[in-house]
Amino acid sequence: MRTIESSADTVTPDSLPPPSAAVWQHSHVLDLDDFSREEIELVLEIADSMKEVLGREVKRVPTLRGKTVVTLFYEASTRTRASFELAAKNLSADTVSIDASKSSVTKGESLADSLRTIQALGADIIVMRHSQSGAPYLAVHEVNSSIINAGDGWHAHPSQALLDIYTIRSHLGKTQNLKVAIVGDIMHSRVARSNIWGLTSMGAKVVLCGPSTLLPRDMDSFLKICELNGVSIENKIESAVENADVVMLLRLQMERQQSGLLPSLREYIQQYQLTAQRLSLARPKALVMHPGPINEGIEVSPEIAHGAQSVIEEQVANGVAIRMALLYLVAGGKNK
Amino acid sequence: MATSLLISGGRVIDPGQRIDKVADLLITKGKVAWIGEKGAAPSHADSKVVDASGLVVCPGFIDLHCHLREPGFEDKETINTGSQAAARGGFTTICCMPNTNPPLDSQSSIDYVKKAAQAVGIVQVLPVGCITKGRQGKELTEMYDLAEAGVVAFSDDGSPVSSSRMMSLAMDYSLGVGLPIIDHCEDTQLTEDACMNEGWVSARLGLKGMPAAAEELMVARDITLAQLSGARLHIAHVSTAGSVELIRRAKEAGLKITAEVTPHHLTLTEERVMSKSDDNERISYDTNAKVNPPLRTRRDIEALVQGLKEGVIDVIATDHAPHTLADKACEFGLAAFGISGFETAFGSLMSLVHEDKLKLEGLISKLTIEPARIIGTRYGELGTLKPGTRADVTIFASNKEWTADSRDFVSKGKNTPFDGSVFKGKIQMTIAAGQVVYKSQ
Repeated sequence: MRTIESSADTVTPDSLPPPSAAVWQHSHVLDLDDFSREEIELVLEIADSMKEVLGREVKRVPTLRGKTVVTLFYEASTRTRASFELAAKNLSADTVSIDASKSSVTKGESLADSLRTIQALGADIIVMRHSQSGAPYLAVHEVNSSIINAGDGWHAHPSQALLDIYTIRSHLGKTQNLKVAIVGDIMHSRVARSNIWGLTSMGAKVVLCGPSTLLPRDMDSFLKICELNGVSIENKIESAVENADVVMLLRLQMERQQSGLLPSLREYIQQYQLTAQRLSLARPKALVMHPGPINEGIEVSPEIAHGAQSVIEEQVANGVAIRMALLYLVAGGKNK
Repeated sequence: MATSLLISGGRVIDPGQRIDKVADLLITKGKVAWIGEKGAAPSHADSKVVDASGLVVCPGFIDLHCHLREPGFEDKETINTGSQAAARGGFTTICCMPNTNPPLDSQSSIDYVKKAAQAVGIVQVLPVGCITKGRQGKELTEMYDLAEAGVVAFSDDGSPVSSSRMMSLAMDYSLGVGLPIIDHCEDTQLTEDACMNEGWVSARLGLKGMPAAAEELMVARDITLAQLSGARLHIAHVSTAGSVELIRRAKEAGLKITAEVTPHHLTLTEERVMSKSDDNERISYDTNAKVNPPLRTRRDIEALVQGLKEGVIDVIATDHAPHTLADKACEFGLAAFGISGFETAFGSLMSLVHEDKLKLEGLISKLTIEPARIIGTRYGELGTLKPGTRADVTIFASNKEWTADSRDFVSKGKNTPFDGSVFKGKIQMTIAAGQVVYKSQ
């Protein structure tokens, strides 16, 4: 271990631009609603450098040596958690992972108390996943550690949206004026909500598509009041996908059918599954994306999920670079 | 101790008697003895004098809807702290809801509250009894027994009576008892796991919303059942424009329906959940703005104010719902519903007067004579300064500015979305049954 780290020391991360205080103002990453285009560009730029690090034989730089990153997950997660932990380790941070999905609530400890305990243990950055929308907004009032939101309820999942934007840009070279169709369970999707902010900041047009029971009734007034003019709503997948540059599918939780929001999976598949035929309505080289985990044969047909246009696995790989960039920026960022 | 109190030179506003003039008010032995021209009061040589010049003198406020939490939830509030908070807010009679533990569904629990309130002896506490045993919505309470014990109305507040059959039976049965049914109107099938108004803010914050329809469906049902039974129905904390319209039509049809609205539903919108005045940069999930029914929209506020003006809504009631810090210092979805309302009610309501949305006399009427009409005369004539009645008097300065600070609350519940709000209009003194129970510092 020691030798690897000392050798990493000699590898100067000269490709890492220093966080420019003029652009980067965040000590927390809660959502993309308060990110400017410049800030998103900076994350993407640093993620590029991080990707370069990930391509090295020794995928490790000493940037966060001596810093402690705690992942605090109140909800089961495999990929997001692994992605953040790898990102932190690649930056030489000490990592502690706390699975609070079972223990804390039953022990009666409040979120605020858990956070203060973790801060007292010396956490510089807390990466937090919680089933309740807004939980990280409570966290920033309770502790001085930086908070990175790794998903809160139905609300936000900023690192996912950033890796989506990164993946789109690395394939299509731009985001300006692209048409991105987001299809599925918009109502319960933190991925969709963060992507709305991120993609529109980056000049893309977003079409939200799903059955009306999975679209918030007041989505249109939300978009209007927040001046998210580049976002529209469609019920039919064919209209959403038509001429799209990107088709992003959302995971359908099986409980949606059980709770009556959908009559049957069969009808969902018939109406909303991305099939080869539907994908043919999009632009010829349109990207197929999915935040995972996929219910294969439900949101997307298997041949499309694993087909030439799918960048789903690449999203996962890019996730590590994006999270390295976020950890790096937050560790050196200013208060906001 | 002087047995007489002369309140001198104030602007006396008593909508119940259509009085609005500068006058002296003499209180003797706990009752209003005389109102008349300044300096003309009969034989008051030994009385204590309160100089009310420049102030408004009106009947003590009556709150038809509050939660005192005792018995069962004394960490949130007690009858003592709740009574003090009420006095600080200008209230002299308060009706406490029965969602205690045990619930107020038996003569003995009503006796307990009444005795505890008398022992505290600050304001008059009139309990509301449950509609159904244990607030379970399954079997009616012994309403005659509860009435004899002293309840002023029946309600399962907090838990709506979901079964239409049970509500219909409750209305029929209450007819014979002669007391109103107060319903918290909410179709809980439409509000399961929801925590704020369904609207653009809930869509933005990723929170499950309560649609206005969930309230309006139950208001419509209750009105329909009231028509069937002829019972006296009082709709608690009306919060939507649609409910106002339903009640308007019911009243036009001649039904015996009354309704109340809270200060927070008249002054705050759903956006308060998301944005605190002191933190413009970032959105918030402010649990102090989490209340049921939820804060609604600007359009709803306009309809509620219009409803007040036209008499569609009879009464302003606080729905004072104190909670502990722990009940609120948690994730938004898990936080308790409710606002600690006694101590900010008047200040917030005066904004409606200063903005010319409501006349001062109209506001006082909604806090005095109108709730008194719903309670009836079983506890004597309330809500007026008529000579011979219980001397419940509130004195306030209509233009005095102050800043709401929950740390100053005497209520145990510091849960308020008004913390830091600057109000114009402040309670100066509260007199209950002739005794000064609150005096501003």
